[in-house]
Amino acid sequence: MSEDIINQVTQGEYKYGFTTDIDTEVFPMGLNEEIIRLISVKKNEPEWLLDFRIKSYRHWLTMKMPTWAHLEIPPIDFQKISYFAAPRKKSPKSMDEVDPEILKTFDKLGIPLEEQKALSGMAVDAVMDSISVKTTFKENLAELGIIFCSFSEAVQHHPDLVQKYLGSVVPYSDNFFATLNSAVFSDGSFVYIPKGVRCPMELSTYFRINASNTGQFERTLIVADEDSYVSYLEGCTAPMRDENQLHAAIVEIVALKNAEVKYSTVQNWYPGDKEGKGGIYNFVTKRGICKGENSKISWTQVETGSAITWKYPSCILQGDNSSAEFYSVAVTNHFQQADTGTKMIHLGKNTRSHILSKGISAGFGQNSYRGLVRVSKNADNARNFSQCDSLLLGDKCGAHTFPYMDVNNDTAIVEHEATTSKISEDQIFYCNQRGISTEDAVGLIVNGYAREVINKLPMEFAVEAQKLLQITLEGSVG
Amino acid sequence: MLEIKDLHASINGKEILKGVNLTIRAGEIHAIMGPNGAGKSTLAWVLSGNPAVEVTHGEIIFNGKNLLEMSPEDRSREGIFLSFQYPVEIPGVSMVNFMRTAVNEQRKYKNLEPLSAADFLRLMREKKELVEMDNKLTSRSVNEGFSGGEKKRNEIFQMAMLEPKLAILDETDSGLDIDALRIVANGVNKLKRPDNATLVITHYQRLLDYIIPDFVHVFYDGRIVKTGDKNLALELEEKGYDWIKKEVETPVEQ
Repeated sequence: MSEDIINQVTQGEYKYGFTTDIDTEVFPMGLNEEIIRLISVKKNEPEWLLDFRIKSYRHWLTMKMPTWAHLEIPPIDFQKISYFAAPRKKSPKSMDEVDPEILKTFDKLGIPLEEQKALSGMAVDAVMDSISVKTTFKENLAELGIIFCSFSEAVQHHPDLVQKYLGSVVPYSDNFFATLNSAVFSDGSFVYIPKGVRCPMELSTYFRINASNTGQFERTLIVADEDSYVSYLEGCTAPMRDENQLHAAIVEIVALKNAEVKYSTVQNWYPGDKEGKGGIYNFVTKRGICKGENSKISWTQVETGSAITWKYPSCILQGDNSSAEFYSVAVTNHFQQADTGTKMIHLGKNTRSHILSKGISAGFGQNSYRGLVRVSKNADNARNFSQCDSLLLGDKCGAHTFPYMDVNNDTAIVEHEATTSKISEDQIFYCNQRGISTEDAVGLIVNGYAREVINKLPMEFAVEAQKLLQITLEGSVG
Repeated sequence: MLEIKDLHASINGKEILKGVNLTIRAGEIHAIMGPNGAGKSTLAWVLSGNPAVEVTHGEIIFNGKNLLEMSPEDRSREGIFLSFQYPVEIPGVSMVNFMRTAVNEQRKYKNLEPLSAADFLRLMREKKELVEMDNKLTSRSVNEGFSGGEKKRNEIFQMAMLEPKLAILDETDSGLDIDALRIVANGVNKLKRPDNATLVITHYQRLLDYIIPDFVHVFYDGRIVKTGDKNLALELEEKGYDWIKKEVETPVEQ
């Protein structure tokens, strides 16, 4: 029976695998200083930014790809990738006009870019390949002093803010992929919430890879000034292709005194086919700093896509009484691999962090949780609670947990709990006996298992994430 | 309603059922009694389609349809309900969500629209009262952290929600104190209608004080070896299963 069900459940189809036929400008493959200068020129960047890129690139040349993750990564030829691809504008005179093909693409993805059609209460920055194609509700938000625009635009219009915070959370020399990103990053979103402002809408960025043989290196920077609040969502998809594509992004979050930032991701990059061919290599560095007192950052992620995921959204708890949360559901099916988790670095006094990680493995999927909780010498009364659960569907997949703790203060309380479970045939039969099909039973059980995390997502996303979990695991129980 | 003909079935290659014949008509209550290991629960599993049991021979007709060809979920949708001897815990899945999925699947099968949230909650409330079920329980995950008695009561609650044509109660009385037993039995009796039937599997006569059977069958070594009315249960209680063993085995030795 298990065999049958595993086969059934692992047959889910990727719904976003289409490509858009648009005129795209693509840089020649390869990486060198010339290419970096070209990107910088293309984006009309100031001198200091080019310097930042070049400094990063030179540092990157001295680095080696990390091998510590529990991942089998085929060699990546960084000279066989194009580092810039942008849909060409048809009529340069109308800046706000978006190519109808692009509009159609985002419509198809369920992200309408016309404001009248948009989901109420959500502003979207749509990024295709290396550039932002449209940001909605920009003007409405500007009335409150909120800056929400593409990263490139921020460099032009708010260079002081960008210069002040760029690389302040993830330094250019941080790690192999972050350093690569710092050299070649293309576009992404920039958010600034001014003092005392509670952002009235969900801000969201939707990343779409379209061009082939290109990498996507987006950069997102969110700054929440004192006493402000923002909830930010990120979604991503890519066409189905036989070749692997590289995605190496950086997200930096700064929360000042009493500020709160909620960052939610539903990551659904193309995972590759059932034989493990193709798919996105997702190497992402996400980090936030609770800089001020009482500040709060919360990461919520639902990771269902990508052939390989290497991602540890982290928090530095610098301000006294600051708190951080990490809620994660990561699914690996077929031949997908994920090594994901978080780092909570407690520096301030009375800082609290909470980690809840739910891994789901099916097919031949390998799923690892890797987390670090560090309490520094001066972080009196720091508290951490970590819970890592793994759910196995079938007997050919794997779940691994690598928790690290580094506690240097006697007053700290650090707790860790972990469980591993399987969906049992008894559970399936029990559901069947009440008239629920095996497929629906798996969906019910998986969503039940992931519920605590899904509940942290904004409503529209929660519904989407639930469906996504079910589709991703269609056909996988034992 | 149900006709079982010469049913043989095995688990892991070991034959457990060795030729069961049984006919149940609408409106009837049948009780199956017998010692441990006689195959009573196996019969319940065959009827509900548990894939752990392999049917090697025989036929089961349920309301004119070949039951053995149906998936477990379709059997449920056709009106077969099993009250599990050991109800399964499903962490994270709320009773409300579980029941709503089940009820709406059953409705879909009958080409009915799903129940609105309001109608569904009304139905829940009504049925909860029937089995005197605590509100707390339905807001929790399916069977998770329930006591033995609560689990059994939850089974009867689900039965009330799904209104089956044939309800099979597999040792529903085991692990129940006398009050819970009365509540469960009351629930079963209130759900009794001329167009449905009940098959009660039990060890003890005790439950049959509350649920009065029309027929009592004694199960031994994979077969029904004796059938009578409710008095047979009393006789069995008095004389013990050894009496049956002797009666069954003696003729063979002669």
